[in-house]
Amino acid sequence: MNTDNAKRRITLWMVLAFLTSLGAVAVALSLPAQLRTRPDAGLAPAGYQVGEAVANFRLKNVNGSMVSLSDYSSKKGVMVVFTCNHCPFAKAYEDRIIALHAKFASQGYPVLAVNPSDPTDYEDDTFEKMKERASSKGYPYPYLADDAQTVAQAFGATRTPHVFVLKNSGGRFVVQYIGTIDDNPQDPAGVTKRYVDDAVTNLLANKPVVTTTTKAIGCAIKWKDI
Amino acid sequence: MNKLLFFCALSFCSLAFAQEPTQHGPLPGEAPAPNAQPLVQVKWETLDTLLHHQDSDTTYIINFWATWCRPCVAELPHFEEVQANFAHQKVRVLLVSMDFAKDIEDRVVPFIERHNIKSTVWLLNETDANRWIERVDSTWSGALPATLILNPARGRRSFYEKPLDYETLARELSYFTDY
Repeated sequence: MNTDNAKRRITLWMVLAFLTSLGAVAVALSLPAQLRTRPDAGLAPAGYQVGEAVANFRLKNVNGSMVSLSDYSSKKGVMVVFTCNHCPFAKAYEDRIIALHAKFASQGYPVLAVNPSDPTDYEDDTFEKMKERASSKGYPYPYLADDAQTVAQAFGATRTPHVFVLKNSGGRFVVQYIGTIDDNPQDPAGVTKRYVDDAVTNLLANKPVVTTTTKAIGCAIKWKDI
Repeated sequence: MNKLLFFCALSFCSLAFAQEPTQHGPLPGEAPAPNAQPLVQVKWETLDTLLHHQDSDTTYIINFWATWCRPCVAELPHFEEVQANFAHQKVRVLLVSMDFAKDIEDRVVPFIERHNIKSTVWLLNETDANRWIERVDSTWSGALPATLILNPARGRRSFYEKPLDYETLARELSYFTDY
């Protein structure tokens, strides 16, 4: 009887010790998380992930008309490209964005260019300058002003250029690829991996996208002070 | 055989470059190294060695920037000030330029000279940034500017995908040097 009591007491103590250690581990784990979430850390929102459907948006095009994502409901998909006038990486990719549209628009995947740059920060990105750029380069796709930056924030775009390939799945536009256009911003002739081209080519062939996310150097989208 | 030789040569170069910052680090009492070259072109392997394959008790402030990036240029003086003010400690500022290699002579070198940049400048001459961005920091999207503070011996690192001012830099640095 005595030994039974002793055993029970030991078990109780062991359970208590175990619970205490669990608590200690939980505190230890939560500490770095608190350190990471300092108020000044992480400006960009998380945004859409691959596989998520995106909400409709409506922005002003350089020709003055309003363009919605839902205008593309008859297409197989859309290549949404966050780009701008001022960024050298965006400029370096400009001809390649036009080429992507030329190759894939007729097959059901047009480009929709969105400029999330704040024109009060970059005078090159005013609506007037956007119009000039679209006209001088003969953009064959809409070039939309996201001057409130709501679309870029919803998507989680962080830099220009930043591409989101969307597939139209029964009226819902689902993200299939997020990232850069290819692996060589500096030299189009030196490109070996055509990420966006590969993604859209696979989607058109009803095959899964192999590389679904990539990262690249680009100009940070400077968020407006709220 | 040729490939093997090339690889050996490449490894040797990487090692030579990689040792550069630790050998010339501004240790107490050490005069700053003369800025013989305004910048050094490096490949990813050199940066990788600095980030992941050495264990010196030096705190490195590694700033990713470009001459065309306006917020980067605006924050450069803060990094220069940190390098000057912390020169008596084992602190080393490294400015890693993301400019295109074709712009070195016409743009980057004149920029360094015009702004009288004293910190070490590397130009990372690499394509396929997707291969190495996550190796710098898993949270980095690739947007500029970005800064990594790193002390290999103490196993400490902090990463910032945003512009930094002098006060923030000095405060963050104190976590590395004072504790």
